[in-house]
Parts: sequence; structure tokens; C-alpha cells
Amino acid sequence: MNPKRKQRMLIILFVLGGVGIAIGLALYALSQNINLFYSPSQIAAGEAPKDTLIRVGGMVEEGSVERHKDSLKVQFNVTDFQHTITVRYEGILPDLFREGQGIVAMGRLRDDGTIEAQEVLAKHDEKYMPPEVQRALDKAEAAKAGE
Amino acid sequence: MWQRFKAWFHKWASPKWFFDMSASWMPWLKGIAIACMVTGVIWGLAFAPQDYQQGNSFRIIYLHVPAAILAQSVFMMMAVAGFVNLVWRLKLADLAVKAAAPIGAWMCFLALFTGAVWGKPTWGTWWVWDARLTSMLILLFLYFAVMALHGAFTDATTGGRAASIMAIVGTINIPIIKFSVEWWNTLHQPATFKLTEKPAMPPEMWVPLLIMVIGFYCYFGYLLLYRMRNEVMEREQRTQWVRELVRKGV
Repeated sequence: MNPKRKQRMLIILFVLGGVGIAIGLALYALSQNINLFYSPSQIAAGEAPKDTLIRVGGMVEEGSVERHKDSLKVQFNVTDFQHTITVRYEGILPDLFREGQGIVAMGRLRDDGTIEAQEVLAKHDEKYMPPEVQRALDKAEAAKAGE
Repeated sequence: MWQRFKAWFHKWASPKWFFDMSASWMPWLKGIAIACMVTGVIWGLAFAPQDYQQGNSFRIIYLHVPAAILAQSVFMMMAVAGFVNLVWRLKLADLAVKAAAPIGAWMCFLALFTGAVWGKPTWGTWWVWDARLTSMLILLFLYFAVMALHGAFTDATTGGRAASIMAIVGTINIPIIKFSVEWWNTLHQPATFKLTEKPAMPPEMWVPLLIMVIGFYCYFGYLLLYRMRNEVMEREQRTQWVRELVRKGV
């Protein structure tokens, strides 16, 4: 390869490496701010600020959803299977909201350790399946539980 | 082997060779693209089973995923072309950067748009500033930057070099997009398809998706060659062979 081209190539690689390292460091420094949400464990560890808008993400605990009879008020527990936090919300929940579903709630952490949410988003996982398969799985599980 | 590769590489320096070769590739690309996209759309939208949670709204995956894959692949291809343009000063590489940028930008826009349309019923919001969505938006702006830089100079060669540098530096964003769902907590789900694992999706769902992805790649190849041929004709309009072509009315 002729020396001129080699030199150009080295300059490009050098610049790319430099910019890459700079961006890597910047992202590393910002990593906490890039996370969209806190997990219940992080909140239990006191990492989340109180009375400011934060997001909390996790699974809706099975059997924890309590709906208010005459309003849209709803209360449920969000868990990451180590710690659990109670979320209160008033409004319409997304279609995908159900027990066992991953969600992200935006709201304020109150002194009693609960989250007063303004917005609840459903988090979809990367698994897709036809409904028949799900029904078959449910049936298998029910049969197993019945034994 | 190396000598052969070098000989093949040097052929690309000749716009006429490219013009003649691409003419024979284009019908293939066009045919495969149409066949794959028609099959993929009909299979994906009408025959693939519903998702157990999302019902029919998951079908947007058949546009969203190929568009998102293409948006990233096109950028990487542009960076490779930019690298060749800067190091070897190959004219065709410069044309490839110029021709690929708007196609990639459209793919990126399509991915963002279909994602928003899907996000509203599934997540409950059109947009959220999580790492995956934000880095994808940055990719769109990087495309705009490449396009703007290419046109920002009176001298086309200088513009081409500036755009090439932008394309090369911008590739740093690609791994960030790819791994954003693993490095940070995001609302966007992690990848369904991994090279090392079985996909978290049954074949009757992913086969049409794979066909769509192949179709999108061929469609991109076709568009790219089409645009590059136009550029070649324009840049080489004073040469004997282009005049000959115009005279013959091709």
C-alpha cells in the first residue's frame, strides 16, 4: 500500500478511536441518567430522590392489583423479585397491563414509600407466540397444578 | 488470492465498468425484492398467527424490524464507502455515500414512525426518551448531517470528504443502538433475534419476517445502484462512453 494511503488510514483510525473513547467516557459518566427507570431494589436502597418525578420499572406482582369500585383509582405492587414497591395510580391503564406484566410507572416517591404515578406504560418483552400456544401452555400448567 | 482481490478492487475505479456491471445486477435485485416483499407482506399480514398478548398490532414488526435493520446496515455501508473514499479517493465510493444517505434516512424515519404507531397501543405512549429510541433518533440526525455536509461545499469533492468523515465518526452510534437495550433500563424490549440463541418467536412468525428483511436489502441494493448510475452519468457526462450511451438513447 502506498505510504500516503497508509497515513490517511492511520489518521482516520486514530480519529475514530479518539472520538469513540470520548463518547464511551461520556456515556459511562452519564450511565445513571440514561437509565429510563429505577428498579424497586434501587429505590429500596435509597438511590431514588423523593418527591421528584421518577420512573420505576418492574413486574406487576400477581394478585396485588386492587381496583377502586367507583373510580379509576388502582393500586398494585411492582417487584423485581427482590424488593417490592406499591404504586397508586388514577387513570386508564394500557391494554397490555396485567398481573405478571412488565411496566414502567412515572410518578413521585412519597414518604410512606409508595409511588404516586401520573403515567403507567406497559413494557413488552421480546417473546412472541400465537394464542393457541399460550392456551396450550396454560392448560399444561393447570394440569400440572391439578395433580 | 490477495492479488485477485486487488485486481477486483481496482476495477471499481472505473465508472464505466461499474455502469456495465450494475446493469446486469439490477434486474436480479429488483426481481428478488418484489418477490420477497410481496410474499412477506401477504404472509406476515394475513397468514402469520396473532400474538397472544398484542393481537394483530404486532404485525407492524414486518415493517418496523426490516426498516430498523436497514437503517443501521446502510449507515455502516456508508461508513465503509466513506473510508474507501478518504483513503483511496475512489470516486464511486463518494457517489455511494451520497446515494445511500437519503435511502437510509427514510428507512430510519420508517422505523421510528412504525415504532411510534406500535408504541401507542402497546406501551401506552407514542414516544419515550429511552436509550434505544433516542439513539435511533440521533441516527436520523446523523443521516441529515451526512446529507447536509455533502451539499454544503461548492466543491463536490470537499463535500464528499466531509460527509465521509461524518459517516465514519457516526458509526460509533451503531453499537450504542444495538446494545442500548442491554446496557441501560429501557422501555424498548431486547432483541428477539440473537445469533447465538433460538429466536423467542415461532417459525411461522419469523420466516415471513426473514423474507421481508431479504426483500428490504434487495430493494435497497436496487435503489442504491439506480441512484449511483444517475450520479455516474451526470459526473461523467463529458466522457466518450456516456455521450455514446446518450446518443444511442439508453
